[in-house]
Amino acid sequence: MGLALLLIIWLITFISTYFFVAQTWWLPHGVSAAAPWIDHQFALTYVLMGIVFVAAQCGLGWLVWKHRDGASNKPVQYSHGNTTLEIVWTTLTAILFVGLNLMGSHVWANERFEPAAAGAVPVEVTGMQFAWYFRYPGPDGKYGRTDAKLMDPSAGNEAALGLDTSDPAAKDDVVTGTLYLPVGRQVDLTLRAVDVIHSFFVPSLRFKQDTVPGLAIHMHITPTEIGEYEIACAELCGLGHYKMHGMVHVVSQEDFDKWLAAREAEKQ
Amino acid sequence: MATSAPVHAHAAPQGFIRKYVFSLDHKIIGLQYYFLALVAVFVGMFLSLLMRIHLIWPTAVLPLVGEIKPETYLSLLTMHGTIMVFFVLTTAPQSGFGNYFLPIQIGAPDMAFPVLNMLSFWTTFVAFVILVSAFFVSGGAPLHGWTGYAPLSALQNAGPGQQLGADLWITSIAIFCVASLMGALNFITTTLDLRCKGMTMMRMPLTCWAWFVTAILGLLAFGVLLSAGILLLLDRNLGTSFYVPLVVVNGQVMRHRGGSPLLWQHLFWFFGHPEVYIAILPGMGVTSQLLSTFSRKPIFGYKAMVYAIMGIGILGFVVWGHHMFMSGMSPYSAFAFSIMTMLIGVPSAIKTFNWLGTIHNGRVRFYTPMLFAIGFVSLFVSGGLSGPFLAQPVLDIPLHDTYFVVGHFHLIMGVAAIFGIFAGTYYWFPKMFGRMMNESLGRVHFVITLIGTYAIFMPMHYLGMAGQTRRYSQFTEVQYMTHLIPLQTFMTYAAFITIAAQLIFLFNLFWSMFKGEKASDNPWHATTLEWTTTTPPPHDNFGGHTPAVYHGPYEYSVPGAAKDYLMQNDPAGVAAH
Amino acid sequence: MASFSPTVPVSVPATGHGGGSVPPSYGGGGGGSGDGYPDYGRRLRRARLGLAVALAPILMFFVSLVSAYIVRKGLPTFDEKTNTYVREWNSVELPLALLLVNTGLLAASSISAEFARRQITRQAALAPVRSIPGVSLGNEAGVPWLYVTVLLGAGFLVGQWLAWQELAARGFYLATNAGSSFVYLMTAAHGIHLAGGALVLLYAAVVSLFHKPIEARRIVVDVTAWYWHFMFLLWVGIFGFLWFMR
Repeated sequence: MGLALLLIIWLITFISTYFFVAQTWWLPHGVSAAAPWIDHQFALTYVLMGIVFVAAQCGLGWLVWKHRDGASNKPVQYSHGNTTLEIVWTTLTAILFVGLNLMGSHVWANERFEPAAAGAVPVEVTGMQFAWYFRYPGPDGKYGRTDAKLMDPSAGNEAALGLDTSDPAAKDDVVTGTLYLPVGRQVDLTLRAVDVIHSFFVPSLRFKQDTVPGLAIHMHITPTEIGEYEIACAELCGLGHYKMHGMVHVVSQEDFDKWLAAREAEKQ
Repeated sequence: MATSAPVHAHAAPQGFIRKYVFSLDHKIIGLQYYFLALVAVFVGMFLSLLMRIHLIWPTAVLPLVGEIKPETYLSLLTMHGTIMVFFVLTTAPQSGFGNYFLPIQIGAPDMAFPVLNMLSFWTTFVAFVILVSAFFVSGGAPLHGWTGYAPLSALQNAGPGQQLGADLWITSIAIFCVASLMGALNFITTTLDLRCKGMTMMRMPLTCWAWFVTAILGLLAFGVLLSAGILLLLDRNLGTSFYVPLVVVNGQVMRHRGGSPLLWQHLFWFFGHPEVYIAILPGMGVTSQLLSTFSRKPIFGYKAMVYAIMGIGILGFVVWGHHMFMSGMSPYSAFAFSIMTMLIGVPSAIKTFNWLGTIHNGRVRFYTPMLFAIGFVSLFVSGGLSGPFLAQPVLDIPLHDTYFVVGHFHLIMGVAAIFGIFAGTYYWFPKMFGRMMNESLGRVHFVITLIGTYAIFMPMHYLGMAGQTRRYSQFTEVQYMTHLIPLQTFMTYAAFITIAAQLIFLFNLFWSMFKGEKASDNPWHATTLEWTTTTPPPHDNFGGHTPAVYHGPYEYSVPGAAKDYLMQNDPAGVAAH
Repeated sequence: MASFSPTVPVSVPATGHGGGSVPPSYGGGGGGSGDGYPDYGRRLRRARLGLAVALAPILMFFVSLVSAYIVRKGLPTFDEKTNTYVREWNSVELPLALLLVNTGLLAASSISAEFARRQITRQAALAPVRSIPGVSLGNEAGVPWLYVTVLLGAGFLVGQWLAWQELAARGFYLATNAGSSFVYLMTAAHGIHLAGGALVLLYAAVVSLFHKPIEARRIVVDVTAWYWHFMFLLWVGIFGFLWFMR
């Protein structure tokens, strides 16, 4: 049984590790300024944890086989432990874990402690059961008033957000169901939700943030490659949670300006 | 004279109702909890089977259950999580085994408050009945997940199942809170006040330490959950706005104003994080006990193990924010919580090193309880090492609310903690029922379950990294998820096999009660006090006398001793502590 | 049937309900019931320990409500009309005079509970002496402090009910605003816990009419009196919090 255990544990370890190393199913290609940093920290973590994983599992398997009853006639070593060893491995573990965390903390600080830089592209993201809407504040740079009483989800876009068209600032607001962003520029996102908690998750941009009713959360991202990236809702929001997806189109600055101008024109 | 008749005599009861239904005997109550958890785990497993089938064949019409609509899937997963976390993982390891063996292992004749003990079981039972009834009311069971985030859980019109079903869910949990608090009260008072002569705290078996610290966690955490649930009931039914700000559901403006969804998350996770340590600590205690017993070697670093249990308990109260990194909580708080979370990995690592140290230079015997204890260590390592990923907020960005998290907590709770329950069952079965469970069936059960659970839950990490979000009732709507379906299919087939293998355990359990080989009083040659008494133990546990203890609980292979084990109540031999 | 503990007839109840006194380790047997005092003394300590443990989750429950209050009071919510965060917190006009009267009633009941506790302690201590034939200890009636406590406690609860009526008259209902929700909830939660204690005291008072052993009743009254004091202090805390944090 000792040998069987060793083989089972080692096999499970090697098969699991293989798929991690081969990256058979992996994070998608990252297309934001934060992605290389996040991926670097991720790699550091999985290499270190991977070493611990393999060492611990193989150690376990080997120990139960080596010290199986009947393997040798050596007497059992009567021992209550080894305090020095305890202190050593406790300290090393603490240094490893806390050190790993501190190394990644500057990435978190960059992403979340600082607000968006001046000149960032403002976009408001609103989640509702079960669609995403995106609002551009237009040339005046101000988001117009919305009013809960004016909300009509079945009418889509402006009406879904309850845009109060009597507000002058709202007249140039563009609301769409697809998020267009210019490549290489920082985006100042304002995240809102209308009914329950949703979560705006774009795996390729390495971005996720819960959208919470009653809050307008500011985040920033910088897309770095032109392409189309999917949005998936990442917080259980009701029966349509699985189909609450959308698309982010990252295009050149030119194309973005053209697109936005076309949307503004449609409003007239 | 002050006492005439022995008013408080705990003589053995007569009659079926007093003996088996409203028993005051902690052993019967322990078995009642255990069998309640057994029923619950099979209900929970059945729900997960339906879930796995639906994910791969979303349009299938199943016999008995019919078609599973998206909202049905969500209510299946809500009830699966709730039943498993509360009625299996909080019940069997602590209330089941703890009730049965804590008093015996500390040399007491019963728990401190037997009537309260009986009440706490029946309250738990009522909570379970109310929970399951949610399936059968109009609207069905709630769909807000076992975490019940507001406003989804606070709004009756936010989805099917969110009317009476959700109210029943909250009520059941509230009643469960009360039952758990009663149990915790008993465990703590018993441990502090009923230890027999010579049983100092530092001579208690690690199982007792685990039950004791787990009870403290429960004592401090369940009151907060109760308050959170009451606030939720008020928001749902009486128009208050604790959790709900101004919201519009399906075009309808609701009457709430100014509430905070994050308030629910803080209150829930303040309970929820200690809860997961409640689920795992007893299994750790059992593993320590079994590794020592079946390696014929004292546990490596008993004191460190005790401090590690305490460390996990204390730190468990200051890490709840790591469930909320993406919630909109302050990023500075997130940083603080993440440091504390990394720190809680340290006592867990200490325990793992010490388990390995126990086996090292021991003499391992591969009885079924030992197999599950070894399996526990392997699964704890696997499930635990995905923790440092999630503990870092910046890595939580891609991983939060994906299958990576689902894999993490299933390996730890859904497998390792369950292995702790299996280990305890195979180990203590002879003491509880007077017979041995079948070894061959036990081995088959172990091998299939170990491989099967790895096959189900290890792939979840890959899925999570690839961006597969959780609580999706199907994967057909999001383009980047469709290529992950084959891996999900593999997991479903693994689930079929693994769930089927549990029937082997079930058969073994009940068959052995009647036809198993008769057990001696101490078939494992173990040292703790439950093995000093008859099998099964008499009504007052020790047959009219109270034991006295002379040394620590894991005196195996003491040099110069006649046998390779020295029982705690044996005055002969080296006094190690 | 091997499945459950066989009914082993225990000739002498060596182990009391919930443990009782622990006989010597060797030779077991006997023990326990011969001398009631170590038995009950031990049981009293155990009951007090149980109470101390039980007060922790009760405290956590109220701490949870207090922290929810603080969070809710300080939290701004996003106002879409102005695109800014606003803090909507309206003070509740608490009926201060009435609540002060109630506090006085509860304080008085705590004092009477303490008298009841000491009274029954004395009675329990003197019980063996009293049973010696020919001994008379004089007037044994004394003030029925238990009933006084229950009455004052009931008075407090009635007063709380009146306070609710007054709040409603001032336009503050459960869902009127966040503050009023907390006021009703916290006073209701406290009231329920207090009512539970009052019922136990009433039970202890009534049961004396059925000649249950005085030591057993003493434990009930002792533990419940301490619980009662805790409920009084809790009330002072809740009242002070609701008033100064309004």
